[in-house]
Amino acid sequence: MNKTKVSVFIDKENKNAVLELDSDSLVMDLLRKLGINPVTVIVSRNNELILEDEKLNNNDEIRILSVISGG
Amino acid sequence: MELYSGEKLCKSHFIGYFENKVFKTIRQFELLDKEENLGVALSGGKDSLSVLRILNKLSLENPKININAIAVDEGISNYRDKTLEKAREFCGKNKIKLHIFSYKEEFGLTLDEMLKIFDVKPCTICGIFRRYLLNKKSKELKLTKLATGHNLDDECQSIFMNQIKNNISASARLGPKAGLTHDKKFVQRIKPLYLCTEKEVTAYAFINGLLDEFNECPNASKSFRAQVRDIVNDLEQKFPGTKYSVVNSFLQTLPLLKQKFKNEAIKACNRCNEPSANDACNACVYLERLKNRIIKLNQN
Repeated sequence: MNKTKVSVFIDKENKNAVLELDSDSLVMDLLRKLGINPVTVIVSRNNELILEDEKLNNNDEIRILSVISGG
Repeated sequence: MELYSGEKLCKSHFIGYFENKVFKTIRQFELLDKEENLGVALSGGKDSLSVLRILNKLSLENPKININAIAVDEGISNYRDKTLEKAREFCGKNKIKLHIFSYKEEFGLTLDEMLKIFDVKPCTICGIFRRYLLNKKSKELKLTKLATGHNLDDECQSIFMNQIKNNISASARLGPKAGLTHDKKFVQRIKPLYLCTEKEVTAYAFINGLLDEFNECPNASKSFRAQVRDIVNDLEQKFPGTKYSVVNSFLQTLPLLKQKFKNEAIKACNRCNEPSANDACNACVYLERLKNRIIKLNQN
């Protein structure tokens, strides 16, 4: 089965990672794989917000931004 | 951005949806009068910058609404200095008056310094001093109201926290217009983002370039609120709409709660004259304890 390779930045952990997912994977599949509750983040690709049911493309650069901040 | 209804909005429609929701909240709960010398509590984070952006828009269309931003510098290294920089930048660019008051100048110590000598939960002492300064300085600046960036998530967490702690009189002080009754010792606090989720606020801030690198208060993870926040977010994922349901059902009981507790006396602190439930306010009590702690440390 073809794979989709995406690079991911998780701002809360200040962490970069490269992940391989099934070729028809959606943003929500990526979040599930990372164990991230979708309620707690917004996701961007090329500095544009994307929805959880959007398909990921090969070589996407994804940023996962925490909605939690402050004190 | 996807809404609870399942409706998906492009960037410009989402901005319209979000701002209209805030304006509707202001009208629905009568948060503003026709003329206001309005303060906006500004931390430099996404919530306070978003509420300031929208209220500033309103002010530009309505010259009788005057805007002042008020920031409190608690002295939390590697955190507040960064968010205050963002606050200065935004206010400078939008020609908004920014007043900054610091713990160091007002109390003699930064929060970091206080925590080194005092064994107390950071969020407890920080919240007491911050509320104290915001109210005191708002009165000195003759502000008619003080808007904060509290959102639906914050309110939902507070409702849960008060239930868990059996602190219902604290819940009676919640709502889009905080407090129990009008009292000249208090500057009325209002929450224009009351019905906006934290996720919506973050999306709005992101689209408008207000979202900086991730920056959470280093003390936040230790707090009771942070634990409740995680529970509420788990519930929201399993049962979408939980936060709206909790806050909407709370709003139906809020008038009864405010009625029940409206006669709780608000005294004036016998030391600083700020509002207090007891003879001395919490800020004065903690300042006294800090002073005694410093004396003891100097003696050893």
